[in-house]
Amino acid sequence: MNKSYHRGTHIIPVLVDITLDIVEGEFLALMGPSGSGKTTLLNMIAALDQVDNGTIRVGGIDITGLTESELAAWRSVNVGFIFQFYNLIPVLTAFENVELPLLLTGLSRRERREHVELALQIVNLTSRMDHYPAQLSGGEQQRVAIARAIVTDPTILVADEPTGDLDRVAAEEILELMDRLNRESHKTIIMVTHDPRAAKKARTIRYLDKGILNNVHPQAAP
Amino acid sequence: MYILKLLLRNAFRHKLRTSLTLLSITIAILSFGLLRTFINAWYGAADASSASRLVTRNAVSLIFTLPVSYKDKIRQIEGVKQVSWGNFFGGIYIDEKNFFANYAVDAKSYIELYPEYVLPPDQKEAFLRDRRGFFAGRKLVEKYHWKIGDIVTLKGTYLPGNWEFVLRGIYYGKNENADERVFFFHWDYLNEIMKMRRSGFADQVGFYMVGVTNPNRAAEVAQAIDKTFKNSLAETLTETEKAFVLSFISMSNAIIVAIQLVSFVVIVIIIAVTANTMAMTARERIGEYAIFKTLGYGGWRIAGMIIGESLLITMIGCLLGIALTPPATEAFRKYVGSYFTLFKVDMETIYMDIGASILVGLCAAIIPTWRAIRIRIADGLRRIG
Repeated sequence: MNKSYHRGTHIIPVLVDITLDIVEGEFLALMGPSGSGKTTLLNMIAALDQVDNGTIRVGGIDITGLTESELAAWRSVNVGFIFQFYNLIPVLTAFENVELPLLLTGLSRRERREHVELALQIVNLTSRMDHYPAQLSGGEQQRVAIARAIVTDPTILVADEPTGDLDRVAAEEILELMDRLNRESHKTIIMVTHDPRAAKKARTIRYLDKGILNNVHPQAAP
Repeated sequence: MYILKLLLRNAFRHKLRTSLTLLSITIAILSFGLLRTFINAWYGAADASSASRLVTRNAVSLIFTLPVSYKDKIRQIEGVKQVSWGNFFGGIYIDEKNFFANYAVDAKSYIELYPEYVLPPDQKEAFLRDRRGFFAGRKLVEKYHWKIGDIVTLKGTYLPGNWEFVLRGIYYGKNENADERVFFFHWDYLNEIMKMRRSGFADQVGFYMVGVTNPNRAAEVAQAIDKTFKNSLAETLTETEKAFVLSFISMSNAIIVAIQLVSFVVIVIIIAVTANTMAMTARERIGEYAIFKTLGYGGWRIAGMIIGESLLITMIGCLLGIALTPPATEAFRKYVGSYFTLFKVDMETIYMDIGASILVGLCAAIIPTWRAIRIRIADGLRRIG
């Protein structure tokens, strides 16, 4: 697939002839310098943005052929999102933030509560469920974001610089948690990162440079 | 419940901004309510008029009179049930600022024609027996602290001199529309003085009040009356009491139209204020809307959040404005109440307040909603951090 942006009359290629297979249960790290197209590729895989040409098939479904509303429904079921800046809703408590994706399902209030409590238990944050994001540390906010990402039990987790805004200890906790989700819950995780230590947690590392995908670090290539 | 909680928390995220917006909406709704109440009060007399009464006056102008002898001819017209007559007296009580309407009327027939003016039987008898007696509305009597038996002097305008009357009765309105600020005395007494002082004006009446047997045939009866006096020395113009009152109101039409325009300008102003608040809100939260979209929330749900918040703010302001309108009207009534039969907030005004607030809430949310729905997720997420 290909993706480019338009700046006035200029066309800037962002992703060039990308072919990428990710097997179910994979923990993939996408690395590369700023502006290499990592986040754009992640957005394409998670159906947050559209390709110029080419196809993206997830679990046998060609998501490039879906409409906006079909994509929204597909995302709510299949993809969990973890962002660098957590992206929690500040006026909602940790519990309510985690509950947000479940409001789109037909679950009863009691069922939603059970799911939310389980998700918060997985990220070890049950005791802080009534706290607002501003009352939580960065690491705790990211754990709430992970709970929100897994509460609907999606098959894929996409993480865009999940440790980029955290100190070393908190970052390590988050990576451990993601690793556990991959190993124990068999979640397919696609993580964009600058951080080589974070990338080490992944089973596979792919490198992007100027929109071109490589299997090895470009500087390590002969 | 969840959504309402989210809307409430979002609405008060910027407490100062939302409070100032609420204050603007409250003041605007209060102003709108007061202006509508003022317009309604203006038309209050027309609303109080009866469909079964006609007013017959000189076709040339109200200034010109009609012979009292017309009463017998009017009585003979088919469909006429009762006839009464009177003159506007225009007397001044102590000072010109103490304005109230005062009429010389054929007392017995007039009281019969106006069942909405309730006069206790003993007072009615006392009034009918006393040629110099008068009866007045409860509000007027309370305003000037008159008591039964008090002598009240009116200064004549077109009939100079001091006219002394004795208060014999106090009427009250059977319904709230009935005017309780009118002063009535005997037409016979006025006519007697006329004969002595200005004989040319004796046996003349300013208007006839005509009761009809069937209100549905009022127009027909009115035509018959005017036809009877066609080509006479004093031709008549007969119309329903409501049309007669409205013709007076139409003299102030320019003022009423101006007030109506101002009341609608107020609505436009609050649309602008609320739209500004909602535009700022949506711009600040564009990243959050992108997050909602990421989680699978569609355009309609995002629209619901923005429109819901806009409606919530306007409806809180509306309710505050509605709650403040009656006390403000009451305070206002002390200054202008003597000019109007009824000066109070009616349900129609409250419905208009609510309708206007819903309109404001919807209009203010249109552009922010459009922007939030159209934003691409990737662009929205880029604005965070």
